[in-house]
Amino acid sequence: MSLSAPPAPPQLVKPDTHRAPSSRRFRLSRWDIKYSPYIYVAPFFILFAVFGIYPVLQTARMALYDWNLIGDHTFTGLDNFTALMGDEYFWNAVKNTFGIFLLATVPQLLGALFLANLLNQNMRGRMFFRLMIVAPNVTSVAAVAIVFAVLFRRDFGLVNWVLGFFGVDAIDWKGQTWSSWTAIATMVDWRWTGYNTLILLAAMQAIPKDIYESASLDGAGKWRQFWSITMPQLRPTLIFVVTVSTIGGLQLFTEPVIFGDGRILGGAQREFQTIAMYMYEKGFNDLQFGYGSAIAWALFIMIILVSGVNYLLIRRSVK
Amino acid sequence: MGVTPRRRTFAVAAIAAITAIGGLTACTKKNDEPSTPGEIKLVVDHFGEFGYDDLVKQYEQSHPGIKIELRKTAQLGDYRPKLVRYLATNKGAGDVVALEEGIITEFKANAANWVDLSQYVGDKSADYLPWKYEIGKTSDGKLLGLPTDVGGLAMCYRKDLLEAAGFPADRDAVSALWPTWDKFIEVGQQYRTKTGKGLLDTVTTAFSASLSQVGGDLFYDKDFNVVADTSPAVKQSWDLAVKLADAKVTAKTNTWSAEWQAGFQQGTFAATLCPSWMLGIIEQNSGAANKGKWDVAAVPGGGGNWGGSWLSVPTQSKHPKEAAELAAFLTNADSQVAAFKAKGPLPSNLKALDNADFQAYQNAYFNNAPVGKIFGEGAKTLKPVTIGPKHSSVKERAFEPALQAYEAGRLSAQAAWDQAIKDAKVQGAF
Repeated sequence: MSLSAPPAPPQLVKPDTHRAPSSRRFRLSRWDIKYSPYIYVAPFFILFAVFGIYPVLQTARMALYDWNLIGDHTFTGLDNFTALMGDEYFWNAVKNTFGIFLLATVPQLLGALFLANLLNQNMRGRMFFRLMIVAPNVTSVAAVAIVFAVLFRRDFGLVNWVLGFFGVDAIDWKGQTWSSWTAIATMVDWRWTGYNTLILLAAMQAIPKDIYESASLDGAGKWRQFWSITMPQLRPTLIFVVTVSTIGGLQLFTEPVIFGDGRILGGAQREFQTIAMYMYEKGFNDLQFGYGSAIAWALFIMIILVSGVNYLLIRRSVK
Repeated sequence: MGVTPRRRTFAVAAIAAITAIGGLTACTKKNDEPSTPGEIKLVVDHFGEFGYDDLVKQYEQSHPGIKIELRKTAQLGDYRPKLVRYLATNKGAGDVVALEEGIITEFKANAANWVDLSQYVGDKSADYLPWKYEIGKTSDGKLLGLPTDVGGLAMCYRKDLLEAAGFPADRDAVSALWPTWDKFIEVGQQYRTKTGKGLLDTVTTAFSASLSQVGGDLFYDKDFNVVADTSPAVKQSWDLAVKLADAKVTAKTNTWSAEWQAGFQQGTFAATLCPSWMLGIIEQNSGAANKGKWDVAAVPGGGGNWGGSWLSVPTQSKHPKEAAELAAFLTNADSQVAAFKAKGPLPSNLKALDNADFQAYQNAYFNNAPVGKIFGEGAKTLKPVTIGPKHSSVKERAFEPALQAYEAGRLSAQAAWDQAIKDAKVQGAF
């Protein structure tokens, strides 16, 4: 207030004509300082409440019902969860999801770390490579999945064609567990390695150069510097990257669905049906929305647990 | 410091207000808003190929003030979940929606979602194949769906590929090659020896065809109990599929997969079962380059009905009367003949089946095969089969995957059967 409006000389002003507006101004400005920050952040919280909190709570409620999507709803308590614990196909989906998650995430993060370290060096065309590394991430997931599904086709697929030169027989990629997991993990990695590289690179650049300089003076080599300076400094970022990868990896849906020709089963014997796909199968195909909601909650809890475990592991291992 | 705090407060409030109002108007804007006042827009939802493109243009011309949008979904498997979402949220569904035989029983179970069409179009029972018309009704007599097509069976084959393998190419001679499934298997084995390729696309198409040939109770009995494990039709069709796989006469391309779709162009297989609605799909997948290479012969083992649909009007439609009238137009005799010529769905309207134009129609894409004669002859003698509420689910998510796993050699026949029966119980529950 005092900064923006120069104080008027008192003797020229009649006090009672100007007191009212100035006190109103004062009140407004106090409200401004007190409340306008909330207005600034409100859009996020409103959207979060509508699209985040509400669905979570509504899903929790529906999970307690026998909820036919286009018919009746009957309250059944925890029956859905009890059934879920004994559901062989649910555990199969859990196995597939974690299998693909590990197969995708471990190479992805190692690769991202390696690439980020590489791009952090002084090299020619650094900016170009840094830009290109995130290009896969801005392509649409459906487009990526469709292209990869074509590459991994059994008949006339590019991957099998190349493998043919090495005398490998045509692989039915959708037909076996290991091959389908590999194909899907490849899609995920193609899209997300660059993104993680960029995040890690940004964090690496934020590490003060003088730490490295003093380490060099003390005789530490590149490798030693990486383990003793870079990795510990990256810890918060690694936690972020691992958590985001966990959330994304456990919710895997589009890639396996498109890879499997749009079939929600994920292979003739559910070789690559993920939890999200099973949830969709139960909720939207079988119309058992209550059961689908129970699967959603089970997935939610699993993500929290796994993220927590990852958090603890990284916090302890990278000191 | 150009902006005083007061102005800033105002600016914040204004932005907040604009955002809020913008958000609200964005929410209230409806996609079925007419582009000009007084005009009614009707949306037609269907899957696959119904052959309605020209018909709706014709309808728009004869009915000024009505605009029609066709929303096609390529596969029934993608279409059904969308429809479920529209019904569950009570918004978004087309004014006219197509229901296929495998899903209509399930959707009919919640009759409140559908308009009783008889109040707008009256009793049409004399116009259609009686059993077909009956399925469109609820047990208490409400008319929820007007019949579009039935799925009379034939075998589509690649003339050029059979010829190259030393078989006759003429459709009558080809029909004579395989009067029975056993003969078909023999031809397939010879084809395998000559070319090293599979004759038929996959065992599941033969399984589906056989189900409709045997008929009677399939996965459900008349009271809608799941009887897949004891049904003679299922057992007989299963045995046929296993026999086809054992004889290695299939190309192991799962239906609707990328390999299957590519197979039409690449000649991975030389024959596929074609209920009449499949003609449009074969043409779509094979592309213009293969025009004249496909032809239509008789199916081994006699006629049957596989597939076919109805048109219904959801109660959420804002214009039920106009929608019902459009549905009646699309299913009348002339429209069914036109749709058949365009994309192949076989009429269920009796006058359409008697129509001379229909009977004389030859399909140019299929080497001028007289499809009107081929499909029309058996149409009136088609027998209904018992279609339970989750027919599609049981077929596509219990039996077909098990057969595909067997065909690919990943399960023994017994293990595949056990898997199918176990899954049928889960998928069939409703």
